[in-house]
Amino acid sequence: MSEAIEVNRLEVQLGDYRAITDVSFSARPGDTVAILGPNGAGKTVLIKAILGLIPGAGGEVRLFGRPASEVPPEWIGYVPQVKTLDRSFPATTCDFVVSGKRRSWPGRITKREHEMASRVLAIVGAGHLCHKLLGWLSGGELERVYLARALVREPRLLLLDEPATGIDIVGEDDMYCYIEAYQKRTEAVVLMVTHDWLAARHHASQVLLLNRRVVSFGAPEVALTDESMRAAFGHVGHIHRPCPEARDA
Amino acid sequence: MLEVLSLGFMQRALAAGVVTALIAGYYGVFVVQRGMSFIGSGLAHAAFGGVALALLLGGEPLWIAVPFTVIIALLITWVRDRTTLSLDAVIGVFFATAMALGIIFISRIPTYTIDAFTYLFGSVLSVTWTDLWAVLAVGVIAAATLPLWGRWAYATIDREAALADRLPVRLDDYILSVLIAVTIVVAAKVVGIVLVSAFLVIPAASARLVSRRFLQMTIISLLLGAGTAVVGLFASYYLDAPSGATIILTQTAVFLVCLLGHALAGRLTRTPRSNSS
Repeated sequence: MSEAIEVNRLEVQLGDYRAITDVSFSARPGDTVAILGPNGAGKTVLIKAILGLIPGAGGEVRLFGRPASEVPPEWIGYVPQVKTLDRSFPATTCDFVVSGKRRSWPGRITKREHEMASRVLAIVGAGHLCHKLLGWLSGGELERVYLARALVREPRLLLLDEPATGIDIVGEDDMYCYIEAYQKRTEAVVLMVTHDWLAARHHASQVLLLNRRVVSFGAPEVALTDESMRAAFGHVGHIHRPCPEARDA
Repeated sequence: MLEVLSLGFMQRALAAGVVTALIAGYYGVFVVQRGMSFIGSGLAHAAFGGVALALLLGGEPLWIAVPFTVIIALLITWVRDRTTLSLDAVIGVFFATAMALGIIFISRIPTYTIDAFTYLFGSVLSVTWTDLWAVLAVGVIAAATLPLWGRWAYATIDREAALADRLPVRLDDYILSVLIAVTIVVAAKVVGIVLVSAFLVIPAASARLVSRRFLQMTIISLLLGAGTAVVGLFASYYLDAPSGATIILTQTAVFLVCLLGHALAGRLTRTPRSNSS
C-alpha cells in the first residue's frame, strides 16, 4: 500500500522564529496519527504547512503520491484549533456544512444537499442543530459542526487540530467513535493534534511527539516512552497537587 | 408625481441613484460582514484627491478620479496584505494622504471652482449622460461578478477555510477593493464624497439586522438600497432638500425600523461576534 502522507525534512520559519525544523514522518491510508507536544511545539504550524497555508515552508509534503499542492482540495477535511469564522455572519448550521461540500457559500440549498448535511450532522450528534443560527452555537456544538463540515466532503485526509476542545467528556468519546467509524468505512488517514495522551494511546495507530523537531514517531507504545516524554515535556506526567504559590499567598 | 418623471434630469437622477444603490447594496454586504465599513469612507476621501487632480489638470473628473482611487485601493490592500497593520490603520494613512494631496491640488487651481463642492456634497440632479453611462457600466461589471458571490461569501465567513481550499482569496481581496473604489467614485457624483460610504453600509447593515441567511441579507440590502434611493429622491424633490442627504436620511429611517424589528424579535442581546479570541 502506498503512503497517504509523506512529510520530508519540513521546516517552517516564521519571521525570526524557526517554528519547526527537519520534520519527517509518513502515514498510510487508515492510519490515525496523534500529534503531541508542549505549547509552542509547532503542532498547529505542522498542520497548516501540510494544508499549504504557510507560504515559504521548506522541505516536501506529498499526499497520496502527489505534491500537496496538486491534491484536489476536496480530498482534505480540516478542523482548525481556533475557529476563525465570523459568527456575526447570517447563516444556519446547514448552510455552513453544505459550504464544506461546495467549497463555496450556498445561496439556495437543494433538497439533496439538505439531506446530506442533516445526515452528517446526525452522525456527529448534531442533527438537531441544522436550522440553528451559527452565531448561537455553543463551543462544543461548534466543534461538532466543524467536524460535520470536514466530513461532508468525504475526505481522504482528515486534519484535526485539538478536535475535543470545548466538548464534554462523553461527547469527546462519541467524537472519536464517529471518526473511527468514518475511517473504517473510507480508509481515510487522520492527523490529530491533541494534548490528551490517553486519547493518543487509545485512538491513534501512530504518535508523533513534536517539540519543534520530531522527538519520536511510531506506534503509541514505542513513541510515548518515559524518555521521549521527558525529552518533549521535561517531565513524564502530571499530578494534581496543591499549588505552592497559592498556599504561601 | 408622474409629471416629475417626464423631466430629463429626474430620469437620469433616478436611473443613476437606483443603479448606484443596487451596486453599493451588493458590495455592501461583503463590506459590512468583513468589517470594512471604514473603507467606503477612506476611498471616498481618496476620490476627492482624484477629483481635485482632475480639476487641476482639466478634463472629465471621472477619468482621473477612477484610476487615482483604484491605485489608492490597491495600495491599501497591498499594505494590509504584506504587513501586520490592521485595515483601519492602513485606510487611515492613505485616506489622509489622498485628502491632503487633494487640498494641495485645489489650492493650485488659479480660479475658484464649484465642481469640487459638487463632488463633496453630491448633486444627483445634475447627473450628466456621461455620469449615467459610467454608473451603468459599473452596474454591468457588478452584475458580471454575481457568479463570484458564493466564493466571496465563503471567504468572508471563514477566510482560513477558503485559503485551505486554495481559493484565490488574496486576488479576490484586490478585485473587491478595486470594484468598491470604482463604485465609490461614480456614486460620489450622485450622493457626494462626504456621504457615499453610507450607500455601502446602511442598506447592508439594515439587511443584516433582519436576515437569518446571507442570501436573504444580500437581496434585502439590494431592495433597501434601491427603494430608499427612489423614496429619497422624490422626497428631496418635493421638500426641496439636498438629494444625497435626503436619500441617506431615508436609509437611516429604514435602519431604525430594522433595528426596532430586531429588538422586537428579541435579538437585541449580546450576540457572539467572533470565535477567534
